[in-house]
Amino acid sequence: MTYVSHADLGGQLGHGRVVPEPESVRFHAPWEARALAVTLATGGTGLWNIDMTRAARETLPNYTALTYYQIWFAGLVKLVIEHGLAAADEIAAGRKLRPAREVPRVLHAQDVPSVLARGAPTARSVGFPARFAVGEQVRTRSEAAPHHTRLPGYLRGKLGIIERVHGPHVFADTNAQGLGERPQWLYNVVFDEREVWAGDAPAQRFKVSIDAWEPYLVPA
Amino acid sequence: MSGHDHDDEHSELGEMDLRVRALETVLTEKGYIDPAALGVLIDTYETRIGPRNGARVVARAWVDAGFRDLLLRDATAAIASLGYSGRQGEHIVAVANSPTRHNMVVCTLCSCYPWPVLGLPPTWYKSAPYRSRAVRDPRGVLADFGVTLPDSTEIRIWDSTAEVRYLVLPERPAGTEHLDETELAELVTRDSMIGTGLPRAPERPA
Repeated sequence: MTYVSHADLGGQLGHGRVVPEPESVRFHAPWEARALAVTLATGGTGLWNIDMTRAARETLPNYTALTYYQIWFAGLVKLVIEHGLAAADEIAAGRKLRPAREVPRVLHAQDVPSVLARGAPTARSVGFPARFAVGEQVRTRSEAAPHHTRLPGYLRGKLGIIERVHGPHVFADTNAQGLGERPQWLYNVVFDEREVWAGDAPAQRFKVSIDAWEPYLVPA
Repeated sequence: MSGHDHDDEHSELGEMDLRVRALETVLTEKGYIDPAALGVLIDTYETRIGPRNGARVVARAWVDAGFRDLLLRDATAAIASLGYSGRQGEHIVAVANSPTRHNMVVCTLCSCYPWPVLGLPPTWYKSAPYRSRAVRDPRGVLADFGVTLPDSTEIRIWDSTAEVRYLVLPERPAGTEHLDETELAELVTRDSMIGTGLPRAPERPA
């Protein structure tokens, strides 16, 4: 099965200008706020992790045609069905047609502030040392991954320099597939614009960095 | 998005409203979500967690060199000392602008953003034009925000691809020696902490 992400937008041409927005704007319609809250509350059951959420959203075939909260909503519906919380006919009908399944937990109103304040840190300890050190040159993996990954397409097969060692973090690629956290060393890797665009874009004196897990990198 | 006339857009919004409510009802009836939690979540991101948190962090760094050092060394701890922490800000790195370097944050793959200090991201941050162009034409993107930087200033783009979140520490504007921390925080715009803007200039003292 091929995995196609429709969310990997870095460097794509033709999307037009950026339209700024006043700082006071929060939501553009009341349903957007509800969609956000239902997404966070349902995620509070603990049935899936943030990487599974991203995978569910980025593989929506109509991703680019949807507004952001429509993406969130469609991603949530997908997860709700996949995890057996409700079936499509119940979601269409807007009522319970079958008994509920067991869930690990429910996010109750009184726990919202503490749950948000705690978040879900991804730093972990591992029993192996970092392979790369600050200042070292590395090359990013050049092949596309057949699953959710966080190496953007525009930085595949590029030479960069390790700028920071963040420490070991939950590995998004395995976590998204339900294969476990399998923590890996995470680095900030910086790339010169000339390496990234190779003269394909007008030079304007900039560098770009990503946070890359060790399996994304090979020594250069 | 384009191509919709006015009526289409209205019926679409009405449809989304119904669809979200339908899902919410099913999930509530099945006991997976607490409807009261939804109100608390919305209130949190409408009134409690927003860019004024980040502005307070920046203003503190402008007046307190010790805090600035901690912020640049361990932003998560510095920010927690002002009471902000958690979801989508579990691991924060602050990056300082200088006369020779301007920082700008993007998430080309989705919409990663430091929620505890900036709240929910603005629409443009989550949209294709910004996510596609920030890593290819940053000076063009800055022009869309009315910002022009000298050619001698190097731009650094931070593409947020993991669970580390970036906060830009803008430079303190000139002529603000007479302002206190609260007044300084008012000069700190959300966009200046993403890197698509600069802090406001102070009004001239009377």
